[in-house]
Amino acid sequence: MSEKSWKEISIGAVCWKPSTALLTGDWRTYTPVRDPAKCTRCLLCAIYCPDGAIHWKPERNDIEFDYNYCKGCGICANECPTKAIEMKLL
Amino acid sequence: MQSEWKFTSKDIAEKPDLFMSGHRACAGCGATTVLRLLMKATRGPTIVTTATGCMQIVSSMYPYTSWAVPWVHTAFENVAANAAGIEAAIKIMKKKGRVKHSHVDVIAIAGDGGTYDIGLQALSGAMERGHDFLFVLYDNEAYMNTGIQRSGGTPLGAATTTSPAGTVVPGKLETKKPITEIMAAHEIPYVATASPYYWRDLIIKTRRGLEVEGPAFLHVFAPCPRGWRTDTAKSMELAKLAVETCVFPLWECINGEYQLSAPSKAIALSPEKKKPVREYLQLQGRFRHLFTPKFEKLIDEIQKITDQRWQRLLKKCGVSASKT
Repeated sequence: MSEKSWKEISIGAVCWKPSTALLTGDWRTYTPVRDPAKCTRCLLCAIYCPDGAIHWKPERNDIEFDYNYCKGCGICANECPTKAIEMKLL
Repeated sequence: MQSEWKFTSKDIAEKPDLFMSGHRACAGCGATTVLRLLMKATRGPTIVTTATGCMQIVSSMYPYTSWAVPWVHTAFENVAANAAGIEAAIKIMKKKGRVKHSHVDVIAIAGDGGTYDIGLQALSGAMERGHDFLFVLYDNEAYMNTGIQRSGGTPLGAATTTSPAGTVVPGKLETKKPITEIMAAHEIPYVATASPYYWRDLIIKTRRGLEVEGPAFLHVFAPCPRGWRTDTAKSMELAKLAVETCVFPLWECINGEYQLSAPSKAIALSPEKKKPVREYLQLQGRFRHLFTPKFEKLIDEIQKITDQRWQRLLKKCGVSASKT
């Protein structure tokens, strides 16, 4: 990003772009991989995920990992009651 | 004032995030889970104001913002004053007919530095004036944003960069300031503590804090893998252990009436469920020096202080103090 003069900065330094443009998924070392057979859809992973990277898809009655934002912290694998999520070095 | 709102985990997962993905928090940050859950508990138009701290830095990398609600950043010391101003402005705009909503919720968010130390004066003033807003303290127990300096919220024996553990000094020598009791002493309508592991409890308490007329204070435990030197995957486990060891008991104070919340009440009713603090301490690198022969006595000291505070809380909640 090039340096900006104060004249180019928005009034009141208002942030106007959504942070979803920042793909934090490239920070990840270990990737969570889910075993759909073991998963009970309790949604604890979707609730505890600090990055909101696990989405609930009601139409498919299933969850979906958004690897664009997953930082690979491993909270989902640690908290999964059935141990359906495994952290893998892909 | 008890909330009638019923919800399932699916309702919560379906609700769109008002604190969006793409923020720059460390992997495994407990405070971002807290914020996501907090924003899922909102009931309509909401204005958020944040003091300087981790959650302000990570959510607003100019020109990007993680907030899907109106959000104001203030300096470290005046977040409560700012929230009071927003609330007063909305009140007068409603009178003049410029705000059409029946209620606009104001949430002030600050870390432990912005609450325990720097922001206490503004917070105390805003509470005393009785402004209708919810103050949320996410407690990661040091100034994590600037590089893990000790704060009033750092527990006894924790090593930080300004209270390092060496051969003579075992980390911080003072105990954690009981900020929630200080706020309860302001006789405000709603004071509570919450932990993100008990997410249902956290969401219900946030909703109650928003619904109540007058100031509300919510103290939320937020594990920090970077500052506590823990595994990133253990954040929620630590939030659970802190409650189970009674280091961070969950309770509410509604109009001066103390009552234990369900997870802590279960421990109060069957004391054999209470775990020793050692289990909580040994997961964290900041307490690593306590497990050397020289400083081992400090663990007993921490256990003693934890038990004393727990017994005092049981007395306040009217639960008969049982032998633990």
